[in-house]
Amino acid sequence: MKILIVGAGRVGTSVAENLVSEHNDITVIDSNPAKLAYLQERFDLRTVAGDGSQISVLRQAGAEDADLLIACAALDTVNLVVCKVARQLFNLPRRIARIRSPEYPELPELLGEDGFCVDALISPERSVATYLHSLIEFPEALQVVEFADGRVSVVAVRVAGGSPLANRAIDDLGEILPDVSARVVEVLRGGRVLPTPAGTVVRPGDEVLVVVDTRHARRAIRQLREAEKSVRRVMIAGGGNIGMRLARTLAEEGYSVRIIERDPARCEYLATQLPDDVLVLHGNGTDEALLERENIDDMDTWLALTSDDEDNIMSSLLAKRLGARRVIALINRQAYGELMQGSHIDIAVSPSQATMSELLRHVRRGDVVAAHRLRQGVAEAVEAVAHGDRATSRVVGRRAGDIKLPRGASIGALVREDEIIMPQADTVIESGDHVIVFVPRRSQMPKVEKLFQVSASFF
Amino acid sequence: MRRFCAVLHMLGFTMALFASTMVFPLAVAIWGQDAALDAFIDGFLLALGIGLAMWLGTWRCRAELRSRDGFLLVSLVWLVLPALAAIPLLIYFQRAGMPLGLTDAYFETMSGLTTTGATVLSGLDALPASINMWRATMVWVGGMGILVLAVAVLPLLGVGGHQVFRAETPGPMKDEKLTPRIAGTAKALYAVYFGLSIACLLAYRVAGLDWFEAWCHMATTMGLGGFSTRDDGFVHFDSVPVEIVAMVFMLIAGINFATHFNALRSRSLRAYLRCPEAVPYLAIVLGVGLVVAGFLYYRQVYDTPLAALRYGLFNTISLATTTGYANTDYVQWPMFAPMVMLLLATFATSAGSTGGGIKMIRAIMLVKQARQEMVTILHPHAVAPVRVAGRIVPPRVLASVLAFMLVYGMSLALLTALMLLSGLPPVTAFTAVLATLNNTGPGLGPLGPLGNFSVLSDFQTWVCTFAMLIGRLEFFTVLVLFTPGFWRK
Repeated sequence: MKILIVGAGRVGTSVAENLVSEHNDITVIDSNPAKLAYLQERFDLRTVAGDGSQISVLRQAGAEDADLLIACAALDTVNLVVCKVARQLFNLPRRIARIRSPEYPELPELLGEDGFCVDALISPERSVATYLHSLIEFPEALQVVEFADGRVSVVAVRVAGGSPLANRAIDDLGEILPDVSARVVEVLRGGRVLPTPAGTVVRPGDEVLVVVDTRHARRAIRQLREAEKSVRRVMIAGGGNIGMRLARTLAEEGYSVRIIERDPARCEYLATQLPDDVLVLHGNGTDEALLERENIDDMDTWLALTSDDEDNIMSSLLAKRLGARRVIALINRQAYGELMQGSHIDIAVSPSQATMSELLRHVRRGDVVAAHRLRQGVAEAVEAVAHGDRATSRVVGRRAGDIKLPRGASIGALVREDEIIMPQADTVIESGDHVIVFVPRRSQMPKVEKLFQVSASFF
Repeated sequence: MRRFCAVLHMLGFTMALFASTMVFPLAVAIWGQDAALDAFIDGFLLALGIGLAMWLGTWRCRAELRSRDGFLLVSLVWLVLPALAAIPLLIYFQRAGMPLGLTDAYFETMSGLTTTGATVLSGLDALPASINMWRATMVWVGGMGILVLAVAVLPLLGVGGHQVFRAETPGPMKDEKLTPRIAGTAKALYAVYFGLSIACLLAYRVAGLDWFEAWCHMATTMGLGGFSTRDDGFVHFDSVPVEIVAMVFMLIAGINFATHFNALRSRSLRAYLRCPEAVPYLAIVLGVGLVVAGFLYYRQVYDTPLAALRYGLFNTISLATTTGYANTDYVQWPMFAPMVMLLLATFATSAGSTGGGIKMIRAIMLVKQARQEMVTILHPHAVAPVRVAGRIVPPRVLASVLAFMLVYGMSLALLTALMLLSGLPPVTAFTAVLATLNNTGPGLGPLGPLGNFSVLSDFQTWVCTFAMLIGRLEFFTVLVLFTPGFWRK
């Protein structure tokens, strides 16, 4: 696919980095040559220096025959204009814009064909905040992502010693919970993926990935890990857009929230924007005196959400040491994330992976409804709709066991109308089923995409 | 060590890929059952075997290359491939009872691959067709670059591929990609090269050469190499249509192939006008050609203006584009003409073409830099950045162009001094270095178009071989290997 990315900021760079492969021809436009040089040096893509909202620059970047535009410049206005120009002048088939402002998404007519011609919006701040919110709701989980409009969840959990499933085969999960649709799709031991989940005996300390009916998620997780004390008190370092969104949502749900911000002007803004019961603190997340004074040792969850990786890591380590029960840090650089996850920092959240999840469903071929990156972006799960019949599709009319999936990949669940099915080897897939496929290495995704594409004779 | 192993892996692949181009001479040898058939069968199997063994033997350490490995790979490829290419020549001449020294064989293949076109072989007309075919094939492959071909067919190289690509394609600004992925760019360039080659082949055939000679001359025209199948080159054919075909395609091959690609893609000649090099290149080469023709007529070397035009233009284009064909022995002309032609070769051809020298784009930047210097002397407050094709040339690029010129000048001086030291007369020494450093081919004196490099001693031959190598890879790729920092862990 030919992809045009406007803006080589943090989002643009991580999008380019994630999508670059033999299957995608990527061109990045930015007005800062230094940022482009960095990309050019490290990845096999083309860069064009210039203002992405200028017609000549877009033409030079090959907008005429691009398949997808991702506008993620710093300003919403630029992104909107780029989408409009791309549609009107170059007839670029699909356009995605990164929008920061919460006001635009409420006006679909402004973004539609008569407006700015934006097919889909991505809002990194919103996706990260939603993602963090789910982690706070499931304090036992390392990662929670949702499929089928939230009806199916994929949850990563570290198995505790006292769990009923510990030292039993993963297939026994069905026996332990006969009325719950749940299945383990991957077992990670000591940072390495075990070759096949079927029949594997789970040991305490393993990280397992469970596909589960969302209604029963809490019960299923309890079989793997004793319930944590539910979260009441949350402290957030960093009052940027993510911190502010999250603080507002949490406060509205009745959590006790404290938010630390370095910039006094921003503090005042936060104090006007957030509900009264959120305590806004002026100070630094790495200031231990401040943390102690604000009773860090009583906090159920500490979230370091500044834009600085190093600051987030240091303040989280400090918070943990001072007694915060669970610490979550926003870490942009993948290398840092892998280094810190599971050490003193309980969960390292990669904002770019959360953004990618939102973007992936637009990039994946076939009828992909949702896609999420798992395990720091190494693995991926997609929800694809099976179309066609036995003759035109490689999936429909076949038994789950007969579908030629890449090595290690598996079908996690099927959603057929209102029913959630945990497929057995002999479950036959029907047209219209939403199939949730888990892929251990994201480089295998093209094979899965191909499976779900309907051959030409269907049309 | 692991990195080195990864470089060897890619080297093995490139060697195997290169060895497989021996199927062309092999096919000719089988077709004509000529005397070099055995040599090519043995040489082909040996070269392919070595390459495959190295490739498969290092399979475990295949990895993406870092930029430092890229330089090593490019230099190794260009050192090893001439040796590989020399295998059939050595075998053939050994068996034919007139052994060719290693020095001469390596010089000949290096001359082919770097598209220089200087030869140490004589009696070309009597050689088996397959040997001539092989010499021409080397020029064709070396013109666009064997590593560019490897990047096109082997996506594994990834970002490292970009480094390799940059190291092998000539010119100062190499970040302009035709397509987002480097493999796509390499494929696009080869597609254009291939298409133009076919056009050139057909044109030669129509102009009167037989298929074999048309093929060989097509390869050495498009590669701007200048090997011929005849000792006396174009003098032998003495045909105006053939010379016209040669002139047209030499001029075409001296333009940046990316510009050809853009012109084809947009189906308009505007791409040539927008290219900063194409117009000055054509204007200078044709202009100097006319001046030389006028000079020859004025000095009464030729009686008619038409004859002066024919010989003046053909030889000027041939030398300026670093090809090295000749349709007359221009060494007999008054010294001014051949010297101007040889000097023109130092800068006429474009970056991204198959020609050699310092390239037109660098020359343009230098001239503009000099002009800017004068402006700032007159107006100390003037803001006068150097612009090429409407865009400011980054100071980083200007600095690298100046450094390039320095190294070029130093190499020319030092290598000429070495040749003088070894006892050559000044004109021969200077033109030998100039002709090999620019990958032109013939020099002056005994090294003229109808002469031969076999008059040089072994030492002098090696100096010329080295000059061809650093000239083709534009100095820094090779010279960086001689810095201690490169090898420091």
